[in-house]
Amino acid sequence: MQTGRLAARAIRYVGVFPLVRPPLLAVLFVALAVHAQGAHAEETSVAVVIENHVFTPSEIHVKANQPNILAIENRDATAEEFDSSALKAEKMIAGKGRAVVRLRPLPPGRYAFDGEYHEDTAKGVVVAE
Amino acid sequence: MLAALIIVFREMIEAGLIVGIVLAAARGVAGRGRMVAGGVAAGVLGACLLAVFAGRIAGLFEGSGQEVFQAAVLLAAVAMLAWHNTWMASHGREMARQMRALGRSVTVGDRPPAALAVVVAVAVLREGAEAVLFLYGVVVSSGDNAASVAVGGALGVAAGGAVAATMYLGLLAIPAGKLFSTTAWLITLLAAGMAAQAVAFLQQGGFVQVWQTPLWDTSGALSQNSLVGRMAHTLVGYTDQPNGLQALAWLATVAGIWMLSRVARRSVQLRSAAA
Repeated sequence: MQTGRLAARAIRYVGVFPLVRPPLLAVLFVALAVHAQGAHAEETSVAVVIENHVFTPSEIHVKANQPNILAIENRDATAEEFDSSALKAEKMIAGKGRAVVRLRPLPPGRYAFDGEYHEDTAKGVVVAE
Repeated sequence: MLAALIIVFREMIEAGLIVGIVLAAARGVAGRGRMVAGGVAAGVLGACLLAVFAGRIAGLFEGSGQEVFQAAVLLAAVAMLAWHNTWMASHGREMARQMRALGRSVTVGDRPPAALAVVVAVAVLREGAEAVLFLYGVVVSSGDNAASVAVGGALGVAAGGAVAATMYLGLLAIPAGKLFSTTAWLITLLAAGMAAQAVAFLQQGGFVQVWQTPLWDTSGALSQNSLVGRMAHTLVGYTDQPNGLQALAWLATVAGIWMLSRVARRSVQLRSAAA
């Protein structure tokens, strides 16, 4: 009770907003620290091209249980969104643009993805093996 | 035109739901209309800028600029939602009492929570940028003519506005006494969902590479890409394959906002007891 009362008194004087910020800053700090340790070191990169709203290759083979990178080049003038709930990826690729999609270490299996803006043609699957 | 309509509408549903909740949550707060309109205007402007600089932003942070940006604006929105709820915890009861007594809106505004303007701006900015980028691409590739795309886009935005209005009017049907406790929960869940999404972006960007394995998969029961799945994703942070860190962020946000609100409410009780 005593702490509750103290906290209440503190909030009365300084407002509550300062209490909200530190946890967020902490999260970002940890994120940057993890980043700085060169967590990307052992990834392999696979080139993927979007042309006429089709992914090539549409079946992307990656090594299982290690991080991988998809380096996507969009040769269409239209934007595309690489989308996959199985891969937890959601990435805009501007028309004539490039984007990098980082994949977590995947257990062996097949993971479907699609281009959200052209779902009828832009489909593919990542095969981890 | 139909493709443009559907895609813009899909992007606008999310923004529409959030704007509807914010409008209801800010009922009786001074300057609410100005705040929401300002948030929408800032969001639209930001969306256009973001679409123009999309290529440059994407190239930052070793190709993870988009993720950094998304995570940053989402976390800012989470902070603002937490702030709003805490503010309402100390003012909501009085506002509800006066609204019941007077039978109309009251304006309590000793500290207008401009926080919600930021939330509206973030929602419109994130979804709007995707819509702008998509429409721009369709126009330059000239598969469709520009006028029909513009009509499709405008209809999509209007449909998003209708979603906002429906959400708002639906919430207003709740009696004044219950309205603020309902919107407080909606805002808490909205914030928790955003925090989980921000974590997913940080993981996707390669910044936090822990607890990335999905805990369960409910995509068979409710796919995140379906209309209902998308709405649930916006409203409560539904994810068909959540991972450990996302679950932790979701729970921590709900617990954090609940605790802050409790402390704020207690401080008001102490103050009125002292008076």
